[in-house]
Amino acid sequence: MKNAAFRKGIAMTMASAMVLGLSACGSSNADSTASQDTSANTSVQDTTAQNNASETTDSAADTTDNAADAQTEQKDLSGTITMAGSTSMEKLANAVAESFMEKYPNVTVTAEFTGSSAGIESLLAGSVNIGNSSRALKDSEKESGAVENIVAIDGIAVVTDTANAVTDLTKEQLISIYTGQTTNWSELGGEDTAIVVVGREAGSGTRGAFEELLEIQDQCAYANELDSTGAVMAKVASTPGAIGYVSLDVLDDTVQAFSLEGVTATAENIKAGDYFLSRPFVMATKGEISEQDELVQELFNYLSSEEGKAVISAVGLINVD
Amino acid sequence: MDNNMVMSKSFSIIEGKKTKAVTELVMKYIFLICAFFAVLAVFSITLYMVLNGTPALFKVGIKEILFGTEWAPAAAEPKYGILYVIFTSIVGTACAVLIGVPIGVLTAVFIAEVAPKKLSAIVKPAVELLAGIPSVIYGLLGIMLLNPLMYKLELLVFKGSKTHQFTGGSNLLSAIIVLAIMILPTVINISESAIKAVPKDMRSASLALGASKIQTIFKVVLPVAKSGIMSAVVLGVGRAIGEAMAITLVSGSSVNLPLPFNSVRFLTTAIVAEMGYAADEHRQVLFTIGLVLFVFIMLVNTVFSRLLTGRKTEE
Repeated sequence: MKNAAFRKGIAMTMASAMVLGLSACGSSNADSTASQDTSANTSVQDTTAQNNASETTDSAADTTDNAADAQTEQKDLSGTITMAGSTSMEKLANAVAESFMEKYPNVTVTAEFTGSSAGIESLLAGSVNIGNSSRALKDSEKESGAVENIVAIDGIAVVTDTANAVTDLTKEQLISIYTGQTTNWSELGGEDTAIVVVGREAGSGTRGAFEELLEIQDQCAYANELDSTGAVMAKVASTPGAIGYVSLDVLDDTVQAFSLEGVTATAENIKAGDYFLSRPFVMATKGEISEQDELVQELFNYLSSEEGKAVISAVGLINVD
Repeated sequence: MDNNMVMSKSFSIIEGKKTKAVTELVMKYIFLICAFFAVLAVFSITLYMVLNGTPALFKVGIKEILFGTEWAPAAAEPKYGILYVIFTSIVGTACAVLIGVPIGVLTAVFIAEVAPKKLSAIVKPAVELLAGIPSVIYGLLGIMLLNPLMYKLELLVFKGSKTHQFTGGSNLLSAIIVLAIMILPTVINISESAIKAVPKDMRSASLALGASKIQTIFKVVLPVAKSGIMSAVVLGVGRAIGEAMAITLVSGSSVNLPLPFNSVRFLTTAIVAEMGYAADEHRQVLFTIGLVLFVFIMLVNTVFSRLLTGRKTEE
């Protein structure tokens, strides 16, 4: 009997503790939203204060109104943005969708990966808001009303070990190395060292882009198919005569990057369009961005903001200015 | 400890029969549930592998997958032949066991029989440490130390060859060496306890009959400890077949015939290498490879345990 009473007591205390805990959580949430609101208020307040410097008496009332406006503006952004297109842009599209939805919880961004051409087709047919394409738009597509908005550039660096005397390759030489026709660096003016061809595993985006840009899909003779960029870098750095390809952003001094047809692999050269192992990532719209609905416009604003740029470089791509 | 035992015993007497019966019953069910977890896990894994592994077999064709030699999953017309991959797993495991087991058993003999106490006090902890090293560390050391060494050997062997594709030392040989080292601790530890379990009398009898120490070890101790050593081999084989992380770093991971200086792909590394980006049919085929690996390990386990129990009944 005593025991039962004691247990009941414990249960009661625990329950009340839980309730307290819950309410504490709730209040802290409320606090944090409130603080966000106030920060929004202050920024609005600043601008209005500058504008209406003379109306000191009304300013307090004004700011609250404006703050309310700002809040409704933030909340108003709800709806769905649909994207379809390039499988190579899957990483970018998903990253952008996730971070955008985090910023605007009421917005849903969906992305399908059907291929660049199929994506532009769906865009022109009006079934999606944005068509993703990992190549420049064709003239026919532009004539049909698709507008090319390059959001990022994908660059691939070809790397070798630091001791290699060969520092420049032409497109033909690169193709002949990767298809197994050239097997020794002496054939390319280097030392008598065997070429160790390093690549990525089937399904990798970098491999897909590399083979696609050189038009050697399914013809590559790899001696090593490694499953990560890091593994490729390590292998190339530690093997005399090795050649490998990695995304541009991971280059460091453990390896040397080839210049291709005399152009070094830098973000500047890629932006200028001189470096051939690169491709634009296009988020095409039907008509100019300014003609799109508010949601889509906001997405492009987001992509060109510092936040959006961080997302783009986080997936290993080059920003466009 | 003893004091505690007495205490708990006396407690149960004071608490009476009823508590004792309840404890017995509760513990019985706790044991049952624990035992059931393992069974449940095995059954659900089997079911899952079969459900996920078979669709591709029918879609692509059993013959095309198991006996095809070309692996091009991302091609316009994908090919999913894993015959070379299966060969690689068999050859790689067999060679690793052939190298690892003799070294392991002899080390166990050294620790248990030959070594002076001070020396075995150094060797034994070293072996135990070896068992604790994560497989990815083996892989990293392999890529940094073993591969460059292998590449020198490769350059020496295939000097001037036009047809050989140079792998930079990422080849079957590297993988076998790494696997052989990785199974050592398993083989050593289990063999050692098997050897230590051989009764002292047998050794004394052998020595009394005039046999030398080495004769005693090879003619008396090892034959008696045979079944224990065999289970060490089985566990070694299991570890070698199932290992993925270490060999994915050193084997080069291209699908080729398992020749010593070829870059090769094992069943395990085939899954690890491509799971990240695989989609649709490609992904299903990777599950099929998992199923093949699963069947493989089950086969090895049952065959070896049959052999073991067969031997035991003979004795």
